This record gives sequence, structure tokens and C-alpha cells, in this order.
Amino acid sequence: MSGLFDDLRDLYQEVILDHGRKPRNFRRLEDADATGRGDNPMCGDRIELFVKRAPDGTIADAAFQGRGCAISTASASLMTEVVKGKTPAEAKDLGAKFRELAMTGACPDCGAALADDMERLAPLSGVHEFPSRVKCATLAWHTLNAALDGTKEASSE
Amino acid sequence: MDGIAAAPFDVARIRQDFPILSQPQARGRPLVFLDSGASAQKPRAVIDAMVRCMETAYANVHRGAYRLSELATDAYEAARTATARFINAADAREVVFTKNSTEAMNLVAHSWGRGVMKPGQAVLISELEHHANIVPWQMLRDDNRGIELRVCRVTDAGEIDMDDLEAKLADGKVGLVAIAHMSNVLGTVTPVERIVALAHAQGAKVLLDGSQAAVHRRVDVQAIGCDFYCFTGHKLYGPTGIGVLWARLEHLDRMPPFLGGGDMISAVTFETSEWAPAPAKFEAGTPPIIEAVGLHAAIDYVTAIGMGAIEAHERALVDHAMGALAGVPGLTLMGRAQDRGGVFAFAMDAAHPHDLATLLDRAGIAVRAGRHCAEPLHARFGMENGTTRASFGLYTTKEEVDLLARALAEAREFFK
Repeated sequence: MSGLFDDLRDLYQEVILDHGRKPRNFRRLEDADATGRGDNPMCGDRIELFVKRAPDGTIADAAFQGRGCAISTASASLMTEVVKGKTPAEAKDLGAKFRELAMTGACPDCGAALADDMERLAPLSGVHEFPSRVKCATLAWHTLNAALDGTKEASSE
Repeated sequence: MDGIAAAPFDVARIRQDFPILSQPQARGRPLVFLDSGASAQKPRAVIDAMVRCMETAYANVHRGAYRLSELATDAYEAARTATARFINAADAREVVFTKNSTEAMNLVAHSWGRGVMKPGQAVLISELEHHANIVPWQMLRDDNRGIELRVCRVTDAGEIDMDDLEAKLADGKVGLVAIAHMSNVLGTVTPVERIVALAHAQGAKVLLDGSQAAVHRRVDVQAIGCDFYCFTGHKLYGPTGIGVLWARLEHLDRMPPFLGGGDMISAVTFETSEWAPAPAKFEAGTPPIIEAVGLHAAIDYVTAIGMGAIEAHERALVDHAMGALAGVPGLTLMGRAQDRGGVFAFAMDAAHPHDLATLLDRAGIAVRAGRHCAEPLHARFGMENGTTRASFGLYTTKEEVDLLARALAEAREFFK
């Protein structure tokens, strides 16, 4: 390759391209306890999120469907993986930390407890250099909040 | 500029007129600006005219009995006269300055739609319209006035389905046909003379959204025969904040005002007010004075180059782009109209429009991604994910088109 786009490997890391092409948990959960819809009206990205809770209230399963760019798809895919086993409060806290990571590229107060999760999500940190793309990365997390809060609708606008 | 032979079209010299084109971009790459369909860049002549107005001849218009206000009024009205000449209007009083094309169309929907149209009548738009030529008519339809909204189909090639247009006009209920002169997504130039003939034969008036067309070709509203024509300054290399509604004087005279305020009245008491004659009736409040001066400079600029020369340059670019983009693997162009301008919306099999736009940005290429304020049109073509759009201006070069094609091919490799 002549490399017009070599410096974009920071944004489009292999993990993101992989999750963008082959999103994990890309299905409906027929027995979901909570669902949420996320819309980005500017670009037409749209996701439907399904959450299944365990008897103790933790997230037993999460899945999504919809359409979007590589970044929004990869972000939703990674999110459904990392929130499994978390309580709703933990998942929402992780989402808040992730939004900080997406907007600033760093999360100074993430702490050791979240280190493993943040490492999984770190490939998305490159979006902070692309202000118009931050909302692509955060749409799934806004939608998760909507699903957990029972407000159903989220918009990253 | 009639009677003055235009210099040969020299794109390299023209590019020097646009200061932004020589601004270094990130990573030292030159700017390849392929988003003129959203808003065009500004030549030095426009920038200077606006600065000069503010430095030497600025005051409010139509009220001050002092020299500076008279100068500003003269400049504002000279812009109106130049605009009228630009589209060959019969009378400068037929030119109403608005904020943009969107406001011009809202003005007609509000004032003609609510003040002149009758219950039982319909507005006929088409599938290729920009939201600005859809939503105001939906609002009119939903206003409980008994106005229907009809939508004319677009063919798979992206052209107005003229059989469908005729069918939807046939019952004589359509009071207004509102249609784009050129699509901001497909690039299609619509057969406006034929549309006007068909509409008038059924008693319908015709509004043309000329936001794209007025930039790319010579517009003669009298030859077209339409009733309303809307365009905007900022796509015509002029400033933001000024648009144009042209309407036949007989229509403007029948239409009630749109906004109320100063400048649009001839007498006011607390009981009642009398409207000023058009165009003042539709220009409430302090108008976009500096912007009118900028629009005037933009009109003078493109007129000096020659709209015919600009059209020829862009036709050559379109032909070149059709060839170059056809060679990009995995690329699907939206629309293949016979008569088209320099707007290309496309989808790539391996990449979402937003990812593509981010990559192209890295190559210094500015394009737009999304649905370009034409969501129903994207649904019509099964492009719910949106498209990436490259749109040309008079400063666009074949080399830039080639770079776009090369970057698209490389982007596909990146995502594959």
C-alpha cells in the first residue's frame, strides 16, 4: 500500500475493524428484560439493544442489532462483551468512564478495578482526535443507559 | 457583463481567487474541497466587498436621512438589481431577500400556501427533494387547511418520472408543484420547462428549488416560465445569511406577509397596519445588508467568468468523474441521470459512509457523509446507511477527481 491512510491505524485498529466486520452478540434477545433504541439522526446510525438480567440483577446477557459505521458497530459489539456479569450501576459507571476515554483519550480516575475493562475498550480511544466521530463510539453506551433506566430512547445528538 | 468577452476558463487562475484553497491542511496536504454542494468557498472579491462595506459604507438601510445610510441603501438595492439580472427577472421588485433557500421556501409555504391556496388543493413535490422542500409542505398539510401533499416518483435512474407527474396533475387539484431544479444528492437536473408546461396546463403554479442549479448553470426564470425560484448565497460563492426568493410580482401582490415588523409596513396604528408593497412586505426587520453586498460581489464574480464557461467546465468534470468513479471497485453511484451536474453520492461495499469520509479527510479530501437532508430519497434507493457525497465547484480540478478515485480505491483495501 502506498499508505495514504497509514496514520489512521490508530483510529481503525485491527480490533475495531474486526468487531466492525463481525460484530459479537449481533442478534435479538427474545427474552430480554430491558431494551433500548439508539439513534444518531445526523448519520442514520441506529441500534436496538437487548439486556437480560440474572436473578441477582446483574447483566446475564446483552445483544444488539442495527446499522452503523465500523466505529459504532465495534463499540456496541465490545460493550455487549464487557458489561456481562456487571450490575446495572457498574455498567453505567463503566459507560461514564468510557465516554471520558472517547472524548479525551485518557481516563485518569478509572482505577485498578476497571483496568481490564478499559483495556478491552482502549482501541476506541483514538476517536478523541476525531470530534465528529466521538458520538459514533458513545451511541451504544447512551443506549445502554436508556435501556437500564427504562427510558428506551437514546440519541447521541 | 454582456458584451464583454470572458477570458478563457483557467481553473488554476480561478483557484488563486479563493484564499482558503492555499491554506495548508493537516499533515501538509493541500485542501481538496469536494463539499461545495453543502456550501461553497469564497473568492477574495466577496471577502473584500463585505469588509469594504463595513469599513466605508455601513449603516442601516431604508431609514436614515444621512449619507451613510443612503450609501448602504443604494448598495443593498443594487444587490437586488444584480440578483434580478442574474436570473433574468423582469423586475427587481420580484426579488425578495431571505436568510437562505429554506426560508424562501417556508415563506412561500406560509404565505402562498396559507394565504392563497384553497382547501381541496394539493402541493406536488418529488422523491428527490431536500428536506427544505418537503417539511414546509408537510407543515402546511398538517395545518388543517385541507391541503393535500402529493409526491411524484423518481425513476431508478434518478430522474423525475414524468408519467407519474402527469398522472398526479391530472385531476386539476394541484395548486403548486414544488420541485428541485437540480438534486443535491443525485446531481439530476430536472426538465423544468416541461414540468412548468405540464403544471400550467393543469392550473398549477411552479416553485423551483434552485439551491444547487443556480450555481452550476445560467438560470433564466422568464424562459423557464416558473412562478417561484429559490436559491441561496452561500452555495454561490457568496456569504451565509442571505437567500433569494424570486416570484412574479402578481403573486407577491396576492400574498400576505410572512414575518411582521419594521420595514414591511406603510402605516401602523395599534388597531391595524398597512403592508408595504413587495418586496419590502416580505423583508421585516433589518435585512442582511453586508450579506447582500457579498452576494452582489459573488454574482459579479461568476458573471465575469461566465455561467456558460462554468457550466462547460463542470460538464467536463462530470464526464471525467463518471469514468474515474466507474473504475473504483465496490462503488455504487446513486442515480444515473442523463442531464446531471457535479454532485455524486455513492456507497462502498466495504465501508460505511462515515468511515469513508474520515479516511478521505486524512487524504485532505473534504466530502460529506450521511443522507444530505434527503432521507426519503435514500430510502427510495435502499441506501438507509446514507452515502458519501462529492460535489464540485468552479475551482474543482480533474486532478482532484483523480485523487478522490485513488483514495476511494485505497480506502476499500483498508477496510476489506
